[in-house]
Amino acid sequence: MTGDVAAAEGGCHLFSGCGFPAPGQQDFKFDTMFTIGAWHVTKPEVLAILCALVVIVFFWVAFANPKLIPGKMQSLGELAILGVRDQIIRPQLGKKGDKYLPYISAMFFWILLCNLIELVPVLQFPVMSRIGFVLPMVLIMYALYWYQGFKTKGFTGYFKSWIPQVPVFVLPLLILIEVAKYVVIQPVTLAIRLFANMFAGHLLLSIFMVATWYLTSASIGLVYAAGSLVMVFFVFLLELLVGLLQAFIFTTLISSYLADSLEYHH
Amino acid sequence: MSLAASLTTTPIWPSSAELVLGLVCFVVVFGILGRLLVPRITHTLNEREDAIQGGINRADEAQAEAQAVLAQYRAQLEDAKHEAARMREEAREQGAQIIAEMRERAEAEGRRITEAAQSQIEAERQQALISLRAEVGSLATELASRIVGESLTDHVRQSRLVDRFLDGLEAQTDGVRQ
Repeated sequence: MTGDVAAAEGGCHLFSGCGFPAPGQQDFKFDTMFTIGAWHVTKPEVLAILCALVVIVFFWVAFANPKLIPGKMQSLGELAILGVRDQIIRPQLGKKGDKYLPYISAMFFWILLCNLIELVPVLQFPVMSRIGFVLPMVLIMYALYWYQGFKTKGFTGYFKSWIPQVPVFVLPLLILIEVAKYVVIQPVTLAIRLFANMFAGHLLLSIFMVATWYLTSASIGLVYAAGSLVMVFFVFLLELLVGLLQAFIFTTLISSYLADSLEYHH
Repeated sequence: MSLAASLTTTPIWPSSAELVLGLVCFVVVFGILGRLLVPRITHTLNEREDAIQGGINRADEAQAEAQAVLAQYRAQLEDAKHEAARMREEAREQGAQIIAEMRERAEAEGRRITEAAQSQIEAERQQALISLRAEVGSLATELASRIVGESLTDHVRQSRLVDRFLDGLEAQTDGVRQ
């Protein structure tokens, strides 16, 4: 925990002379927990590894020895995997998108866990609010979708597929927009969307949590504290939704971009 | 502080350790979940689908076969009914024929018996007639010889007399009958 939150925990309350220790950027910067060689391990890094392990262990237990008549864990795992296939991949790519199931499902469940770990007491930090964890996946997606585009349409064919079939006089403008879309806008928005949502969510949640603690004092502040506590529950539920939704949107958009690179749209 | 330097302090500037770790985590999850476990479960799901589809197909086949057998049995039953009806008809005809034959035979037998009885009666009557004629003759002759006193022992005369008597008697009875 960072200084301000610690100050609030340490007994900084309303009317006790200190100002509201508002959470901010500093809450997303962590000190080194421990050191492995030259690697200064921080909390988000530990959580990222933990989430990866949870995903692996869950699906290992579920699918290590799959049976025709599934047990409880296998049924649950199947539900999860088929959910990804039927709700994320197939609406965008159709049945031929099934070959991306390993890629998309690995991404979906890791991101989902990384998002939802924000809501686990003590751990409570969304890994994806550190953009460093988001960017590798965006870069992999970027590489994959250029590679797929070149592979299915040929080098020049892929670029030609960007050119929309419109009257000639709007072409210069549209080509510019298309190039910007494929080269910059899609990957950047993909990264920023996930990162910013988790960042904002965590900020919101910590603001109300710190405020509840800060407002708790033997005064009128108790009423505000109660209101703030209600907001904590509300934002908690909201974050549950956002965590799930952002994992879903991130993978759905990647499926959509892949479909785009595989097919002639214009 | 330059723009680049200040950018590195903002949350949108990734730390290199996190970039590497993010890549490693994703690659590991992808390697184990994606490359190892998802193909297994996909294989199992396909097998299950095959099994269910196969089961449905087998059930369809069994049902079709059952339908065919049922139809066959119904046809056989129908045939059997016709056969039974035909046999009953035949039996009735045969029975009627047998009864008619038996009746005919019984009638013939009856006729034969009647005829035999009649001829026997006739023969016995003839015999009785003959013996009666002889008896009556001898009685009459004896009676007459007693009355006349004349011996009618002579055989030729005696029989001639008797014959004459009887002929007269027959003529009498014939006249009465007519």
